[in-house]
Amino acid sequence: MTSRAALDDPLAAELTAALGPERVRYGPLERALYGRDASVIEGYAGVVCFPESTAEVQAVVKAAARHGRAIVPRGAGTGLAGGAVPVGEKGCEPVVVVTMRMRRIREVDVASRTAWVEPGVLNLDLTRAVSAHGLHFAPDPSSQQACSIGGNVANNSGGPHCLLYGVTSAHVLAVEVVMSDGEVVVLGGLDPEPAGYDLRGAFVGSEGTMGIATAVAVRLTPLPPVVRTLLIGFPTVEAAAETVSAVIAAGIVPAALEMMDARITAAVEEFVHAGFPIGAAAVLIVELDGLEAGVASSAERVAALARRQGADFVRVAATASERDLWWKGRKSAFGAVARVAPDYYLHDTVVPRTRLAEILARVYELADRHGIGVMNVFHAGDGNLHPLFLFDRRRPGDMERVKAAGDELIRICIDAGGVLSGEHGIGLEKRDHMPLLFGPADLAAQEDLRRAFDPVRLFNPDKVLPSGSRCGDLQSVPEGVWV
Amino acid sequence: MAVAGGRTMWEVGGSLDAGARVVDAPAGVVEHRPAEMIVRVLAGTTVEALDAALAPSGQMVPLDPVEPERATVGGVLSVGRSGLRRLRYGPVRDFVLEARYVSAAGELVRAGAPVVKNVSGFDLVRVLVGSLGTLGCLGELVLRTVPRPEASEWWRGPGEAAAGVLSALYRPGSVLWDNDSTWVLLEGHPDDVTHQSAGLGPAWERSGPPTPPGVGRMSVPPAEVLPVGCRLPPGSFVAEVGVGVLHVGEAAATLITGSRPDPGADGIGQRLKAGFDPAGRLNPGRRP
Repeated sequence: MTSRAALDDPLAAELTAALGPERVRYGPLERALYGRDASVIEGYAGVVCFPESTAEVQAVVKAAARHGRAIVPRGAGTGLAGGAVPVGEKGCEPVVVVTMRMRRIREVDVASRTAWVEPGVLNLDLTRAVSAHGLHFAPDPSSQQACSIGGNVANNSGGPHCLLYGVTSAHVLAVEVVMSDGEVVVLGGLDPEPAGYDLRGAFVGSEGTMGIATAVAVRLTPLPPVVRTLLIGFPTVEAAAETVSAVIAAGIVPAALEMMDARITAAVEEFVHAGFPIGAAAVLIVELDGLEAGVASSAERVAALARRQGADFVRVAATASERDLWWKGRKSAFGAVARVAPDYYLHDTVVPRTRLAEILARVYELADRHGIGVMNVFHAGDGNLHPLFLFDRRRPGDMERVKAAGDELIRICIDAGGVLSGEHGIGLEKRDHMPLLFGPADLAAQEDLRRAFDPVRLFNPDKVLPSGSRCGDLQSVPEGVWV
Repeated sequence: MAVAGGRTMWEVGGSLDAGARVVDAPAGVVEHRPAEMIVRVLAGTTVEALDAALAPSGQMVPLDPVEPERATVGGVLSVGRSGLRRLRYGPVRDFVLEARYVSAAGELVRAGAPVVKNVSGFDLVRVLVGSLGTLGCLGELVLRTVPRPEASEWWRGPGEAAAGVLSALYRPGSVLWDNDSTWVLLEGHPDDVTHQSAGLGPAWERSGPPTPPGVGRMSVPPAEVLPVGCRLPPGSFVAEVGVGVLHVGEAAATLITGSRPDPGADGIGQRLKAGFDPAGRLNPGRRP
């Protein structure tokens, strides 16, 4: 659908001249579609572009800068914190730059275990592309079938296996970035100690506020020779949480340590039929990997610790396909929730592992008190909770109750020594909560860091840091947005 | 002004301007939480003292400086160099969860948080590591610990083995080479270590690690370790296979790197320094 927008908007005309009409969209449908990511926040795009090369990204950046329009980079749009949602004054909404058409794996160096990939490559596709060499890309978010490497870099994504292998930052060696002046810079390098500040480290997790990554040098990880996966059922949530703490305290570092409560387990089992123990109050998936003796010893110790806490179901995956089915179940948890409630709000927060049992009990209590349903699935091994609040947005008062419950959840977790986000990022969703975690000097330092990269505030200007971090800026957030 | 640790890497990044006031950071392990696998430590603590505090619970932070009895935690992180076990454990920068520092304006600033999983805000912690104290004076760190391996053995074998041994072993602690011999560090469950060492073959024997010839370094992509090392006299260097650091003998302990930073990156670095330290008071004369 065409509109007069092109005739009225010189920026749209300029972008169309640079990328061609097929890859520049400004009709109301596309502007609304790309006004949303996977969060509950709704924005509206100014113009949406789909560059296919670094040079095209440069052209878009320079054009937007010339016209004084902000840029919101976007990968696959799976983000949950509104990082890819364009917000702006009516008539000068941001340019959304979608990187998904830059999806080549440029080169793989098997001997060095590195690869240069473009930002639109999907996380799981990268792993599949190198698996024949006995390698994989270790960060494995639950959304890995849909999320992009560029998005993983922007969010410093985690996933169940980052407990042992580390988060995305540990697997990014270098990034080629288009900066706010339209120039291309390579941050980091393939060598272990590039000179200068670790700008690569600052860029990873910067949520699209510092530049647009057009290529990423990733570290590839050898597949472990031995993998043993345990599925453990407990009669109480507390017993499962105590087992998590006990495993960590015993000096065992599993490759992954995930927990699901009874409601999630039931929803998931209906979907995948993997043999989850649906009578259990909570279920742990514990995966050990490495060499034979170490794995066998750790698996035995984990089972013993679990039984000591009262576990009444302990099963070791007998085949690779049984293990795959368990993981399919775990990673489909959010989708399975759709069978239970029309809407859900997925939270992301972190607490110290030793406080897990106590915080979980408070999560159930607060949901009950606010009159909403809750299900819990999370990366128990690193204290990263994902409570899902269940609601029906058509029912009056539900959204307000969910928001109130969310605010209380965040405060409880921070008071317990946790943080605002373990994986999903701050984006818009938690921007104004940042003062709960950081003081004014801390936020000012983060602002100084951001400004070193993007002094003109071209990229994603309204994200991550609240407006109090700097003086005199106009913040524009659409009516009815939850922040 | 500048903060001095053990002065084991005092020449890295340039010479301190004359007239700069040199201070020490406080020392001491503030709190070790074994069940959380984190440790809060003051920047002036020696690495040896940190190791001693963690050992009773079977934990460690593999900072691995050459002189752990002199090197301080703050110093190691300000210089940002990793030790010989980087192959297995990753670089030292990924062990820092939180950093509290005194800014150029004299304010106490906190970067990061004491939990192992955190993407709240920008990753200022990563920038501070290797910043040579030019952005702030490190006062207190929270580090992530890992379990000490049950068994740990160095083995020495022929130089020709260097090319193949990295892919033959699963996650060795270290693979080192000096164009004459190859060393591997095998760590983990005792039975796994025995099995792996048996697989090395009869040309290998138990040994200690090699001693790097000096504090000079080269940093090259891992693929270039063997080609570069082949051109150096055997025994005159120790190269970290699979990592890309070559330890060479140098009169001045300056960092020689194979890759110059992108000039555009230089611009960002300059803006960063100007934003954090407008008057250039912190570690004047030095730049990472």
